[in-house]
Amino acid sequence: MDLNTLWFILLTVLFCGFFFLEGFDYGVGILLPFVARTDGERRAVINTIGPVWDGNEVWMITAGGAMFAAFPHMYATLFSGFYVALVFMLIGLIIRGVSFEFRSKREDPRWRKTWDWAIFFGSLLPALLWGVAVSNLMRGVAIEADLNYYGGLLPLLNPYSLFGGLVFLALFTIHGAAFLGIKLKGKVHQRVKSFTRVLWIAAVVLAVAFLVWTYLATDILNNPGWDGLIPAILAAVSLLAYGLFYWMGKEGWTFIAGGLVIILATVMVFSGLFPRLMISTLDPANSLDIYNAASSPYTLRVITIVAAIFVPIVLAYQGWTYWIFRKRLSADSPELHY
Amino acid sequence: MDPVILSRWQFAITTIFHFFFVPVTLGLSIFLAILETKYVTSGEEIYKRMTKFWGKIFLINFAIGVVTGIVQEFHFGLNWSEYARFMGDIFGAPLAIEGLMAFFLESTFIGVWIFGWDKLSKKAHAGVMWLVAIGSNLSALWILVANSFMQNPVGYAIRNGRAEMTDFWALLGNPNVWHQFPHVITAGIAIGGFLIMAFSAWHLLQNKAETRDFFTRSFRRASTYALIGALLVGLIGHAQGQFLAKSQPLKVAAMEGHWETEQPASFSVIAIIDQENMENTWEIKIPKFLSLMLFNDLTTGFPGLRELQEEEIAKHGPGEYIPPVTISYWSSRTMIGIGLLMILVAALAVWWSQRGVIAERRWFLRILIPAGLLPTVASIAGWLVAETGRWPWIVHGLQKIEDAVSPTITPGSIIFSMTTFLVLYTILGVVGVALMIKYGTSEPALAEEKGE
Repeated sequence: MDLNTLWFILLTVLFCGFFFLEGFDYGVGILLPFVARTDGERRAVINTIGPVWDGNEVWMITAGGAMFAAFPHMYATLFSGFYVALVFMLIGLIIRGVSFEFRSKREDPRWRKTWDWAIFFGSLLPALLWGVAVSNLMRGVAIEADLNYYGGLLPLLNPYSLFGGLVFLALFTIHGAAFLGIKLKGKVHQRVKSFTRVLWIAAVVLAVAFLVWTYLATDILNNPGWDGLIPAILAAVSLLAYGLFYWMGKEGWTFIAGGLVIILATVMVFSGLFPRLMISTLDPANSLDIYNAASSPYTLRVITIVAAIFVPIVLAYQGWTYWIFRKRLSADSPELHY
Repeated sequence: MDPVILSRWQFAITTIFHFFFVPVTLGLSIFLAILETKYVTSGEEIYKRMTKFWGKIFLINFAIGVVTGIVQEFHFGLNWSEYARFMGDIFGAPLAIEGLMAFFLESTFIGVWIFGWDKLSKKAHAGVMWLVAIGSNLSALWILVANSFMQNPVGYAIRNGRAEMTDFWALLGNPNVWHQFPHVITAGIAIGGFLIMAFSAWHLLQNKAETRDFFTRSFRRASTYALIGALLVGLIGHAQGQFLAKSQPLKVAAMEGHWETEQPASFSVIAIIDQENMENTWEIKIPKFLSLMLFNDLTTGFPGLRELQEEEIAKHGPGEYIPPVTISYWSSRTMIGIGLLMILVAALAVWWSQRGVIAERRWFLRILIPAGLLPTVASIAGWLVAETGRWPWIVHGLQKIEDAVSPTITPGSIIFSMTTFLVLYTILGVVGVALMIKYGTSEPALAEEKGE
């Protein structure tokens, strides 16, 4: 396997980590105003991700950095082409990022409510927009011969991609619900459980419809490169397993199944693209792939060595933090900080 | 409106806003780690309270630093995609390494630090703060490795229409890095020290018996810290100036408003700059002093902007190569002037607090409150010197700013994003500063009760 393929896989891994970890962070933020009513309950919900959300977000930053380092043309085309959509995403990420810290700094209920809604919208917006962006990657955009996409925002807001945004939103939300399922106890915990059923049904309907649409509108599921169909089927099975485990009351397994849905869906997208990174709808020759978008072999070697050393270290210490904060929380837990 | 101008404004606004908060976290992270270590070794409860109290100021800055940092990372692709294509092979690697080595470290362990007071042993918890401090300062290293290439390109070859890395160790060993990085770190130390002195001074002026010990101790430690930072940032800055005289003479000549080649070179103390006619209409000069500052002697000459402009034309073809001299000149005077003032103020603060009479110097304490912002102003001025002095290049000698902008973005979309960012930054800035004042001026015991 050459380094370009290796970095394609590493990029996939980073996006899997990002969507898996930030997925439940976003989901928790989206569920916050609905499952928690009193300030104590809301604090309990926020504190389930309190110690870890910041580290989780670095998966996105590192995925962006890795894209820049390994496939600079993808980074350039994607970020400049999806400009306005990404600015909206940044708005969400900015207000969400400070909300956790600012919220606890004053007792005033109006102050806290304001930041609760900031957390909600700051989680909803990136979840939705990542869905829109990824769906556009699957569908392809009008990339011209100079590797640039000049179309602006409107063509990105096509029905397929907007629907993809809703699917991401639904998957992240049920993932967040399952996370709250293993992290909470007491009244809020019960409320989350009653929400989960409806959300799961919605997620199944949306995801199945999206798979059919993907089959019809893109070549992701019958890509001649790597097969997107197998991970797609496995993702669907995991989504059904999520419901089964939920019904059996096995919360740990529900969370694992939800995480698998997200990881397998991400794998589906990337295998369906391989070896392409961004599909041009104008001319296949304009598509960006792991060779024409890549950095030089020397740079790929350098970052491969760095990744080989640091990715395992990061996984080890992040895993350790989840172990430290493994206890369930409720509105009257003494260890609420945010 | 020109997308290049708009993109430059947007980048400048984001960078300056980002750099208003980040250096505070660089300096305070180390300060907190030292305080908490003192708590572990001495076992005195007051050091834990001090760590938690100043930790709140740190966390507010940290949050704003993180979110504006994400905007920074996106910007290279959003507005500067041609730069990303030309430089990705070199610039992307340090950025990815920054994520893997530094961001993960600081962001993961800051969560452990905030939430881990009762879950970890004292020693482990202090160790976690050291990891945060190392992560924060390592992130400065890697972004400066990337930035230094833009100032002083090394270890590369131009191939396939772009700059490609040929020697990673040359990139890391870039002499520009090893001037700029310590300069930024020590600036952060001065910034953190002055900020804590300012809040401590406010509390000492309230004259409350129950908090006097707490803030006298905080003040004493912060003043020493600030003096170390102020002295080192000045000394390193001086060495950096001497290095830049060789690597980027145009930048130095612009900083000094130095139009004519002189041997020995005189130093302009104050001047009115006329960039159009390439001269200073009025100025006060000290003969031979620029030679002394840049070369440690009274004889070596230094080329003026006019001559350097001709050299650049011979090298790179016709064009304008002189950076905006007024900005460079006044930014550098602001930076150096405040830098010298900082040394004086910090030295007095150390002197009086070591003699135990600081609470009696009420006029001085009053001065220290606004002085808390001085190093931040100096550090922003320093960035203006570094980055406007690069003009017209985005990567010195390799790519011009006008060739680096994304061809796909419209003025309308940049105006939209810039307005949005400005509104958001204003809200964040106001809320962040208000919260810092609220917590910095609250009673430590009270702050403790609410917990963090």
